[in-house]
Amino acid sequence: MSKSPFVTPAKTTRGLGASKTGTSHHIRQRVSALALIVLVPWFLFSIMSAALGGYADAVAWIGSPLNATLLVLTAGAAFYHMRLGMQAVIEDYIGKTGTRAALLILNTFFAAGLFVAVVMSVIRVWAG
Amino acid sequence: MSGTPKADSRPLSPHLQVWRFHATMLASITHRITGAGLYFGTLLITAWLVALASGPEAYTRVEMIAFSVPGQLILFMWAVAILYHFANGIRHLVWDGPGLGFSPKVASLISIFNYAFAIVGAAALMAAAALS
Repeated sequence: MSKSPFVTPAKTTRGLGASKTGTSHHIRQRVSALALIVLVPWFLFSIMSAALGGYADAVAWIGSPLNATLLVLTAGAAFYHMRLGMQAVIEDYIGKTGTRAALLILNTFFAAGLFVAVVMSVIRVWAG
Repeated sequence: MSGTPKADSRPLSPHLQVWRFHATMLASITHRITGAGLYFGTLLITAWLVALASGPEAYTRVEMIAFSVPGQLILFMWAVAILYHFANGIRHLVWDGPGLGFSPKVASLISIFNYAFAIVGAAALMAAAALS
């Protein structure tokens, strides 16, 4: 805390913490959750039947346009949701500014990288 | 500093060490733990898809790992985590939206239900997969 009488408490905290992004984070987390309420049950039942039938069945499963669409939607909603969730975990437990920033960046790269890997896999199966 | 030394009356975030044990507090902690577990669990699902895109050889290798005993154990834990996070997540949405289920008794009951749902549901999924 600054000792100067001219620096207000607000000034010393501005730029730290959520800085006016807390509400949108909260809403995004919940909107992606709503999407996942529909997508996750589909994903669980669908992937179980796809994974149990061997390579040919799994390829045929992704080959269906509806399945491919829902799979990419599920991946998008899930990776978005988990990136927001992990962001909250990092902000709660990591106090050191540099470490925190590095982990937040890694968190974004992790989610984006996995999403691209999923999409590229679907494209590759489709290109056959 | 301006303001009184007394803290404002808004609720504080739950720090683990100050909470007396009860089902709802454990449910909240479990929600975060399963969320973090599922975060890294996506690596496995992505690996399955990448192997599928890479061809039959890579796919067979992933299948062998998935159907091994440690693989089945991890799949079971993943199923418990996703079913728990799913059920408890719906409870969080009900808390946030309609604002229902806050009384200690109801909150505890739902917490216990969510644990039971996750474990029984995951066992049922594994059994269905084994029988098919």
